[in-house]
Amino acid sequence: MATFGNLSDRLAETFKNLRTKGKLSPADVDATVREIRRALLDADVALEVVKDFTGKVRERALGDEVNKALNPAQQVVQIVNEELVAILGGEARRIQFAKKPPTVIMLAGLQGAGKTTLAGKLAKWLAKDNHTPLLVAADLQRPNAVNQLQVVAGQAGVAVFAPEPGNGTGNPVKVAKDSIKFAIDKQYDVVIVDTAGRLGVDADMMKQASDIRKAVDPDEVLFVIDAMIGQDAVATAKAFQDGVDFTGVVLTKLDGDARGGAALSVASVTGRPIIFASTGESLDDFEPFYPDRMASRILDLGDILTLIEQAQSAFDEGEAMKMAEKFATDTFTLEDFLSQMQQLRGAGSIKKMMGMLPGMGGMKQQLENFDEREIVRTEAIIQSMTKAERQNSKLLNGSRRVRIAKGSGMTVTDVNQLVQRFEQAAKMMKTVAKGGMPNIPGMGPVPGAHGGRKQVAKKKGSKSGNPAKRAAEDAARAAGIKPDAAPVTAGGSGFGLGLGKGKSAPGAPSEEELASLQKFLGR
Amino acid sequence: MAERTPWSLSGALRGMFTKPTIDANTWEDLEDALLKADFGPDVTDSVVSDLRAKVDRFKTTDPKDLQRMLRETMEERLSRLDTTLHLSERPAVVLVVGVNGVGKTTTIGKFAKFLATYGRTVVIGAADTFRAAAVEQVATWAERAGAAIVRPQHEGQDPASVAFQTIEFAKLHGTEIVVIDTAGRLQTKGGLMDELGKIRRVIEKQAPVAEVLLVLDATTGQNGLAQAEAFIQHAGVTGLVLTKLDGSAKAGFVLAVQEKTGIPIKLIGQGEGINDLTGFTPHVFAQNLVG
Ligand SMILES: Nc1nc2c(ncn2[C@@H]2O[C@H](COP(=O)(O)OP(=O)(O)OP(=O)(O)O)[C@@H](O)[C@H]2O)c(=O)[nH]1
Ligand SMILES: [Mg+2]
Repeated sequence: MATFGNLSDRLAETFKNLRTKGKLSPADVDATVREIRRALLDADVALEVVKDFTGKVRERALGDEVNKALNPAQQVVQIVNEELVAILGGEARRIQFAKKPPTVIMLAGLQGAGKTTLAGKLAKWLAKDNHTPLLVAADLQRPNAVNQLQVVAGQAGVAVFAPEPGNGTGNPVKVAKDSIKFAIDKQYDVVIVDTAGRLGVDADMMKQASDIRKAVDPDEVLFVIDAMIGQDAVATAKAFQDGVDFTGVVLTKLDGDARGGAALSVASVTGRPIIFASTGESLDDFEPFYPDRMASRILDLGDILTLIEQAQSAFDEGEAMKMAEKFATDTFTLEDFLSQMQQLRGAGSIKKMMGMLPGMGGMKQQLENFDEREIVRTEAIIQSMTKAERQNSKLLNGSRRVRIAKGSGMTVTDVNQLVQRFEQAAKMMKTVAKGGMPNIPGMGPVPGAHGGRKQVAKKKGSKSGNPAKRAAEDAARAAGIKPDAAPVTAGGSGFGLGLGKGKSAPGAPSEEELASLQKFLGR
Repeated sequence: MAERTPWSLSGALRGMFTKPTIDANTWEDLEDALLKADFGPDVTDSVVSDLRAKVDRFKTTDPKDLQRMLRETMEERLSRLDTTLHLSERPAVVLVVGVNGVGKTTTIGKFAKFLATYGRTVVIGAADTFRAAAVEQVATWAERAGAAIVRPQHEGQDPASVAFQTIEFAKLHGTEIVVIDTAGRLQTKGGLMDELGKIRRVIEKQAPVAEVLLVLDATTGQNGLAQAEAFIQHAGVTGLVLTKLDGSAKAGFVLAVQEKTGIPIKLIGQGEGINDLTGFTPHVFAQNLVG
């Protein structure tokens, strides 16, 4: 489901810009908040909700939590996500069934929102769950709405209560009231009342809806709203809240490409949870609404949030700070290198972690070739060194290397390679930590990497003008992951962590992936 | 008709236009009002900076002048396109398209009545063979409007063939105007959009298509533009119908639609009654919008 795709794109774009900065200044925050504001408005989130939302994000982004962090961009991703989830309702809510059947569910909403189709979907879904729903034709307004409900009931294989022909004939309040008695007599355990579409500004019709509500005393009143709706979502939602005091929301036509900001607007303004999502014209195109999934979808960063969380728990922040400090001051040792490797393993299977990144494509395939035993081998080599050697790789002369190879059960070539990788990595990380451009011998150009600036374009190594991305790419390369299909001659396997001899797959990993990887590597 | 208490842009703007002088808040209020009316951030920016320039140029500080300029800007921007319906062919074939639930079928009912009051004979083609009871719904409207109807011979019949048969009917009976109802479809569904192209081609084998009307719901937000672009591409839209203007939505998105696509608004729907359809008049629209 490509829901919110465009909003996601906008936010992704915003965060990309954010990643070009090392640290967030108030000006950065303002620029970001402006972009988020615009993205939300483009997504039809109601203006008042946008103001509220961006206010909160701004406040938090300016707070201590971001400035202390190593990767502010990711912190902002998290803040935005948390605020989105908070508005969308946190935990997913389910239908509340009555203690004593029948459970009565009333549907209400604007004209053309998709109530009748939804009634059928809900009935079919409940029937599958061994309920015996009864559909009630209380839209006596729209021409042939009663027929439509009858057809839909037939398709869903459920019963329908339609005593009036409709098309302006019959009293919907009476039909609704009678349906309850009918359901009790015939032992239907759920009653779904379809009502006519009505405008929030139509006082008479809102009064009628309120009368229907009183007549059936529903357990749930579901406000059905079209995902394509614009700013009017707020006025309409408020009118229905006043009129029928709905208990939950159903978002329809989510199979389209509407950005669906209404979801945020309605949830935020009414405080009522969105319970279901309607995603197509077939009666099976219906699913429970998951606020957290929807929020991640808004960000469109796959399970990147889970990844950030896991990485965060694996690398405590202070530890990562120390490491960055070491890179910058040239005191990064083989011991630190080993502890990084071990943390990497502690963070869980790298394959699993990488699998969570969105759009992994080619990289995933490379990961299939990634051999975690390389970590073990690296461990063995470093552990065979003396403490002094670990702290100063310059001590590692020929005879020491022979001893280490013997001690770890590896060849001297293995040891040589490891030391070489370490030195390259330390140098590169130092450069990056100081904000410069790493220069890795033998490293081919990186076509397709974006963000490259003119003055760095001729340099080797990552061409990205974004230090975070650059570091991530270099870190990825150092970990032996080829950032893309570019011919990488010497740098293909860094840190002694060869990726096996698998061919590099086409398609460069995205900036998000690299940034996460960077976080993952605890830069 | 039921009693209405519409929220209006003029309501949102009233405060700012009754202030003694234009100040910083005026511009923010104006921006907010336009955004709330679904003009979208791009058009809002352009309208606000236009008006700022004008206010500077005319050295005015009177909010009344600003209100007049806003109304004029709106009217001017909305009246750049020709809003007349072209129905001179015989039969004149009108294809009605749009996403689900925007008011296509209701519009067709009203439109048939509208044409009948001008003494035109109308046949409606019930080419929504997909949605439950869609044929019955449009048949009810045909009856109310006194129009003839051609129904599919069987459930799920190819909509293009229903359209074909409707034109055959019109030729046989000398009916002046043919209006074809189609199933609602989201513009992202490639297969369904292609189906519209096919309907159009099948019609064109028999008679030129006089108008393809895209129905847009006034409550729609920025997605309206994507809808318009896709339907223009697949069905060759010639005019827009804006429905549900009797509600609280302001439909500001149509300005962007008109300006980006060059397709004019031709009809306005303002209720569920058979007479709730009018032609589009830019100055009335601007007046209602701005007050
Ligand atoms: N208030 C109001 N309601 C309208 C207007 N036009 C249509 N409606 C209502 O909107 C709902 C949907 O209208 P339809 O004519 O069935 O829409 P449609 O586009 O044919 O729908 P599908 O064929 O299902 O895609 C109905 O309840 C209509 O009564 C209008 O101008 N104002
Ligand atoms: Mg229809």
